[in-house]
Amino acid sequence: MFTNRYIFIYASVMVILVAAILSSASMVLKPFQEANIKAEKIQGILASANIETDRAAADQTYQKYVVEELAVDSKGNVVSVFKNSKLEKGDLRPFDIDLKVQLNLKKEEAAGKAVNTPVWPIFIMEKDGERSYVVPVRGVGLWGPIWGNIAFKSDFNTIAGATFDHKGETPGLGAEINTSWFEDEFKDKTIFDNTGKFQSVKVVKGGVSNSNIPPAHGVDAISGGTITSNGVSDMLNDCLENYVPYIEKNK
Amino acid sequence: MSNKEPLFSAKNRRLLTTPLSKENPITIQVLGICSALAVTVKLEPAFVMAISVMAVLAFGNVIISLLRKTIAPRIRIIVQLVVIAALVILVDQVLKAFVYDVSKQLSVFVGLIITNCIIMGRFEAFAMSNKAWPSFLDGIGNAAGYGIILIVVAFFRELFGSGTIWGFKVIPEVFYEIGYKDNGLMILPPMALIVVGIIIWVQRSRDKELIEEN
Repeated sequence: MFTNRYIFIYASVMVILVAAILSSASMVLKPFQEANIKAEKIQGILASANIETDRAAADQTYQKYVVEELAVDSKGNVVSVFKNSKLEKGDLRPFDIDLKVQLNLKKEEAAGKAVNTPVWPIFIMEKDGERSYVVPVRGVGLWGPIWGNIAFKSDFNTIAGATFDHKGETPGLGAEINTSWFEDEFKDKTIFDNTGKFQSVKVVKGGVSNSNIPPAHGVDAISGGTITSNGVSDMLNDCLENYVPYIEKNK
Repeated sequence: MSNKEPLFSAKNRRLLTTPLSKENPITIQVLGICSALAVTVKLEPAFVMAISVMAVLAFGNVIISLLRKTIAPRIRIIVQLVVIAALVILVDQVLKAFVYDVSKQLSVFVGLIITNCIIMGRFEAFAMSNKAWPSFLDGIGNAAGYGIILIVVAFFRELFGSGTIWGFKVIPEVFYEIGYKDNGLMILPPMALIVVGIIIWVQRSRDKELIEEN
């Protein structure tokens, strides 16, 4: 028979052994996993500006096209600049900014209890002499987070391309946001109207043509994916409005 | 290891083959249905899921079988869970490092292998009372039985739901031009249940022995 003493020792040895195995596996595999996550982020940024790259070449392609990374605050001031592989201003590389953290800071700031002010990354790219600005966006869909990247043409008003992705939206409905037919709808939409007022781009249930939203600021929603579609609308509004002061300053 | 009988004796071969048909974990024992519904939208994740379960089940069976005489019956379920959880975390980490895209598609379902009843079922029913080599074969056999159903279901769901096989377009554009449409229902979980149901139906109508009397 097994005594209590035996059982306690057995269980303790077992969990310590397992913990040691798992933490060493995690340490060994960490660099590979982080490289994957970084490559995915790069692919997202490049894809929004219509540059395709595979995972292995992501880093090189990124350095070729992205000429400058900026971080701006909500008043439109540039707080950090990363250029030619080194940080020229500020203390945080814009690429490493975690949008989720910044959006929380924004919420805290609105509630009047913020410690830090949020900063927003901009990736400036140059392809065939054409300048474009890519900004990341992040929001909530029906089941979990949704995120994406929006590329603007040199006027920082007209959308050159957009990519979206999601954690677990409904297949065939909300999950369609990461398909090309939905992403392509955003091309050539503008976020400012003729008077220069910020309008964002809305995802319209029932179709833009049946609504009173001008076609330049609206795209058709996904049937059956209303909550995800609204999530995309809110995400664009909440994230793009942060850049308005910067854009207006640099017109 | 068994010294008296050859490695692939008739008895050992049966351990590999019966879970494929007569004792299939999904269609006969109706275990592991949850993940069978979730990861069978496309072939590739279904295949990776099958391999992952195979790794966990085969090695888990061996570990439990080797430890079986030292495990106190009172804590055996906890020991089994620790073994499963450790193996699943290892598999998850490896997938994240080397097949990142697939691991993203499988998302939480790799973690949920922990709760897959097939694994604990085999630990309890087989590995706790058998030697390492037969346990290994039993693990491979049961995981293959699980995997084959996953792959068959995924094949039909991907073909009719997305018009692709393993990501390659197989339904010609001409079909779409004359009005063929991918079936949106196919990529939703209920359709997996229906496909599994059809497999169960076909299997039982071919082999009358399997029909339960109620």
